[in-house]
Amino acid sequence: MSAKLLTGNGAAAWGARLAAVDYIPAFPITPQTEIIETLGAWIDHGKMDARMVTLESEHSMITAAGAAAATGVRVFTATSSQGLLYGMEMLYTVAGWRAPFVLVNVSRGLSAPITLEPDHNDILAARDSGFLQLHCATCQEVLDNTLLAYRLAEDKGVRLPVIVNMDGFYLSFTREPVALPDPETVGRFVGEYDAENIRFRASAPASQAVAVLGGSPYSYFRYETHLASQNALRVYEELGKQYSELFGRSYEPVEAYHCDDAEWVFVMMGCFATKAKAAVNQLREAGWKIGLVRPRLLRPFPGECFRRALIGKKGVAVIDQNISMGKGGVLYAELASELYGQSNMPAVLASFIGGLGGRDISSEEFFTIAATLREAVNENRTPPPRLLYTEKELREVRKLQAIAHVERQQLSAK
Amino acid sequence: MNESHLRRMKDLPSTHLLGAGTPMCAGCGGLQALHEIYDLLGAKTVFVNAAGCMTLLSVYPFTPFRGSWLYTAMASAPAGAQGVRDALDILIQKRRIGREEDLETVVLTGDGAAYGMGLSATSAAIERNLDFLYICYDNEGYGNTGQQYSGATPHAAKTSTSTGPSGYAGDKKDLFAIWAAHRPAYVATVIGAEPLDLARKIEAAKQLRGPRLIIALAPCPVGWGYSPEETVNVGKLAVKTGIWPLKEYIDGHVIHTKVPRSRLPVEDYLKVQNRFAHLFTPQRDEAMLVSLQTKVDDYWKNIA
Repeated sequence: MSAKLLTGNGAAAWGARLAAVDYIPAFPITPQTEIIETLGAWIDHGKMDARMVTLESEHSMITAAGAAAATGVRVFTATSSQGLLYGMEMLYTVAGWRAPFVLVNVSRGLSAPITLEPDHNDILAARDSGFLQLHCATCQEVLDNTLLAYRLAEDKGVRLPVIVNMDGFYLSFTREPVALPDPETVGRFVGEYDAENIRFRASAPASQAVAVLGGSPYSYFRYETHLASQNALRVYEELGKQYSELFGRSYEPVEAYHCDDAEWVFVMMGCFATKAKAAVNQLREAGWKIGLVRPRLLRPFPGECFRRALIGKKGVAVIDQNISMGKGGVLYAELASELYGQSNMPAVLASFIGGLGGRDISSEEFFTIAATLREAVNENRTPPPRLLYTEKELREVRKLQAIAHVERQQLSAK
Repeated sequence: MNESHLRRMKDLPSTHLLGAGTPMCAGCGGLQALHEIYDLLGAKTVFVNAAGCMTLLSVYPFTPFRGSWLYTAMASAPAGAQGVRDALDILIQKRRIGREEDLETVVLTGDGAAYGMGLSATSAAIERNLDFLYICYDNEGYGNTGQQYSGATPHAAKTSTSTGPSGYAGDKKDLFAIWAAHRPAYVATVIGAEPLDLARKIEAAKQLRGPRLIIALAPCPVGWGYSPEETVNVGKLAVKTGIWPLKEYIDGHVIHTKVPRSRLPVEDYLKVQNRFAHLFTPQRDEAMLVSLQTKVDDYWKNIA
C-alpha cells in the first residue's frame, strides 16, 4: 500500500483501474473529464487492459454501459450534472435491467442558471432510479467506495448499478493524500465479475428487458428491484467490515462523528460535511455537546443507522446542499419520515439549505445553526426552514443587477 | 450483389424461424419484412430494439425470436448495440468465451426512432464504425401510437396529426442519403413485397463487417388505410410506381437494384390508401397529383 497525492477524479480513475474494469463508455463533462482522460491515457499506454469508447451523449453512454454489463463484462462510467439528467431515462432503464456497474457522478449544480460548482440536486434527481448511491467526503473515500461499489453491485442478492458521488471542484480537483491499496489484495477483494444468467451467448439465447402488459407483472419487477436495493444495506455493512480488515479503513453506511454523548447533531452529506466536522470541533472546544451524522449510503436509505445515531438527541439540524423547489431540503424530508413516531425522537428536527452551486458554508453559519437549534429546543418549537444567505451576498447580487440595469439603459439609449 | 446464390424465389429459405402469434396487426408490412430477414440472419443474433410497434414482439414471458433480444429505449438502440458488440469483443479477446458464442448485433427500430430521435445515436455508431446491422421498418409515421406524422411521412399524407385538407405539409426525409453520407459499409432499401431483392441485400450485408443499414418500407394497413390482404399489392405498387426505389450503397456507389422499366402512374399507389383519399374525393386534386408525379419522375430522370 502506498500513498499518493490524488484529486477526487484521480482517485475515481484509480478505483476503476484497481477494480480491473473491462469497458468504459465515456462522455466528457466538467468537472468529470479528468477521470476519463486519466483512464484513456492508461489504456492508450498499455497500463490498463480495458476498452474505452466515447459515445455521443450521456443517454447513449448509459445505454452502452447497461448493455455491456448485461452482456457480461465489468463496466465503469462517469458523468456529472446535466449529463446525469440527460441520461436520466437510461438510469431508470438499466437499473430495471439489473445490470450491475459503477457510475461516478461528480456533483455540479443544475441549469438554469447554468453553473459549474457543486450541489446535490443532480444526484438526488437520480434518487428513485434504482441505482444505489454512495456519497463521499474525501478523495480516499472516492477510491474505497468505488471498490466497495463493485462488490455491492455484483452481489447476488443485489445486482443493481451503483453511483459513487463526489462533489465537483471541492473533491474532483482537490489533491489529498490517498492510500493506494495493492492490486493483488484488491483483486482478491473485488474478485471476477460473474454475470450469472444475465448475459448474451449464442448457446443460451436470452430476452432481456422485455415489455410487460398490465400492472401485476410490472409491480412484481418493480418490487423486486426495491427489495434488492434494500438488501444492499446489510451487504454494505458486511463489505465495510471486510474492507476494514484488509485495508484498515472502516466503512459504515452512516458516519457518526462525536455522536455518543451529543445532545445536538448536524446532518450533512458529501464533502461539505467536513466543514461541519470542523465546526463540531470548534463548538466542542466551546463546551457544546454536538456531533455530526453523515450518510455514505443514501440508497438504500440507511434508516436504522440514522435512528441509532439520532434517537434521544435534543435537536437535529439537517443541512441540505440541495433544494426541492416548492418543498425544501430532500434529506430533511427523508429523515423526518424515518424519525417520526419513534419513541424518544429528537424534540426538534430543523431544516437548513445551503451550499447551492458551491456557495460556501462558513464556520459562523454552523455556529448560528447550532444556536438556532438550541433556542428552538428551549422554546419547544420547530423553526421554519432557513435558506442560508448573508446580507453581504445579497448586496453583491444587487450590485450585479445594478450593473446589468445600467448597461441595458446605456445600450438602449444609443 | 450479382454473385448472390439467391437467383430465384425457390432459393429462399424454406424454414421460417420467427414464431407466430405476435401482437402485430394483421397485414403488417414490417413484420413481413422481419420474417424474411430473420430467416436469413438466424438465431445467432441479438436484436437491440427501440420503442416502436415491434417492441411488442417480446412481451413477458413470450418471444417469437429463437435468438436474443434487448429492449433499450426510443433514442439509443445503436448505443445498446455498441455496448453489446464491445462486450462480446472483449469477452472473446480475453478468452472468457469462445468465438462460437459470438452473436450478430442487430438494431431493430421503426422510422420514428430511425429518422428522428435515434438519428444522432445512429450517426455516432456509424462514425465509430460499429460492426452492426440496422433494420428500420418504415411505416411512415409514429405507427404504434396511432400514426402521427414523423420525419418519414410522405408529402400530402393524412396522419392523425395532419388531418387538414392538404395532409402533411413536410417531405419524407431522405434517410438513405443521410446514412450513405456517413460512408458506412452498406446501406440498402428493401420491401417485404420483393423478397428476392430483400434476401440478396441481407445476404450481401451479412458478408460485410462494419455498419450495415437497411430501410424496409413497411406498408401499414392501419396507418395507411387499406385492407390487410392488400399489403403485398401496396408494396409492389410502391416499387412499380417508383415511389420506393430499391437500391443499395456500397463502396461509395449507389446502385438501383430494380429499375421499373415502365413505371406505373404514382396515383395507382396513392388511390389504394385512405391516407391519400383527399387527393381523389370529393374532387381530384390535379395540381397535387401532378406535383407528386413530377417529384418521382425527377428522381428517376438520371437513373439508368
